[in-house]
Amino acid sequence: MAARAAALPSPKARRSPAPGLAVGLSTLYLSVIVLLPLAALSWHAHGWEAIASAQAVSSLKLTLGVSMVVALVNAVAGTVIAWTLVRDRFVGQGFVNALVDLPFALPTIVAGLTLLALYGPKSPTGVNIAFTRWAILVALLFVTLPFVVRTVQPVLLELDTEMEDAAASLGAGRLATFRRVILPNILPAILSGVALAFARAVGEFGSVVLISGNLPFKTEVVSVYVFGRIESGDAGGAAAASVVILAISFAVLLAIGGCRRWVTRHDR
Amino acid sequence: MIGKYVVRFAALGYLAALLAAPLGYVFWRTFRHGLGPAWAAVTTPDAVHALKVTLILTAIAVPANTIFGILAALSIVRYRFPGAGLFNAVVDLPLALSPVVVGLALLILYGRGGWLGGHGVVFALPGMVLATIFVSLPFVVREVVPVLREIGTEQEQAAATLGASAIQTFTRVTWPAIRWATAYGVVLTTARALGEFGAVSVVSGRLAGKTESLTLYVQDRYQSFDEVGAYASAVVLALIAVTTLILMTTLKPKEETR
Repeated sequence: MAARAAALPSPKARRSPAPGLAVGLSTLYLSVIVLLPLAALSWHAHGWEAIASAQAVSSLKLTLGVSMVVALVNAVAGTVIAWTLVRDRFVGQGFVNALVDLPFALPTIVAGLTLLALYGPKSPTGVNIAFTRWAILVALLFVTLPFVVRTVQPVLLELDTEMEDAAASLGAGRLATFRRVILPNILPAILSGVALAFARAVGEFGSVVLISGNLPFKTEVVSVYVFGRIESGDAGGAAAASVVILAISFAVLLAIGGCRRWVTRHDR
Repeated sequence: MIGKYVVRFAALGYLAALLAAPLGYVFWRTFRHGLGPAWAAVTTPDAVHALKVTLILTAIAVPANTIFGILAALSIVRYRFPGAGLFNAVVDLPLALSPVVVGLALLILYGRGGWLGGHGVVFALPGMVLATIFVSLPFVVREVVPVLREIGTEQEQAAATLGASAIQTFTRVTWPAIRWATAYGVVLTTARALGEFGAVSVVSGRLAGKTESLTLYVQDRYQSFDEVGAYASAVVLALIAVTTLILMTTLKPKEETR
């Protein structure tokens, strides 16, 4: 079959004008929609002293710090949830599986409002975390929840239980089996999910804006800082801080690309 | 054996506290005095207009990104061209980039003194459309690319050698294979477009009854201390999200078993 395919003349579709058209049109679209605005943004980024301002540095530090905590919590919680969905059996599992995608479908402003209703000043539970850093953490955990679950779940599904049985028969305890056999297999997936969650957390705006109170030096994340700069008419300073966020996003995307290559290498 | 229940309890407890309880509570609060007040709150002229704006944004962004998504996926998988790596990275960028940065970039490009400034794009519907397209761009591409990779080119080549034109090959061979992946991507694109807040917030100017989408209306109502209006319109968006979830769950298995 392969020999026959090789003997065929090179496929006609590639010589037709269509490929050039598909590549050309989509490149044009991508340039106009994405690249041109970002080029304008980078071009107009001035007022670099704005980035060095205490308020900007503080918001950037807070954002990166909270995002790292979010990444760590997701690494554990996401793996546990994925484990429960793949290896456990209980009534309503399908519903729980669908529920995990909710943060992808729910508008972020609605996510922020719902969290504020239950964990804010008028909470019926008596728990009030509004306008604290805990509020930022909870909002970010809400919107980033699906990332690790959805990257780890398929890998766990494909993982053969034979290796675990072998480890158990050789006398390994349940923890040792998890640490030595399962974890190395799912680690690339965990890391790539964690990186996506981190990137999302760094740029998050809608879910945080209502519940964090946006107090400079205390609960102001970098997206809200940029928004504030825009509102005060300082587009140059806002652009300068934005270029920093843009650079972080690009770096994380590259790291995820690295993770994906690692995953495919492990697959073979 | 106890360990199993501890893990299950931890996972479900986390999901309940973070997702189910807050959303359930908002539904309960909105409807605790019956349907009447909630219905009145979402049928004010500003609320209806906001819903209309949101639907317009979605109705433009989703078809545009679907056509782009299929063309881009074909470009990435089927053709080698210079800059393919960069193309791939730029497609993913909207997933990782802060929506506020997206809004600001559009504001600078189309705003006063910008390279393409002075055409009434910002603080008006066209700017909001561009922002919505930007943030919901990657989803169809990301769903279609793996399917195109998996099906390979053998059938397309066979069709071509049998004399099918490029368009016939696409409609008869390629499209039937990728349609469920496309549908799933469309659902994700729609959810993202309906819910966009940060980017639209920056470029819209937030004029009530003019450039206010439903997500902006929720914030506007909340900040005007109109809790009934804020919760009721949030519930409208949440109901759309739940519908999206149901569509996602029904489309997913088809994609996986094909």
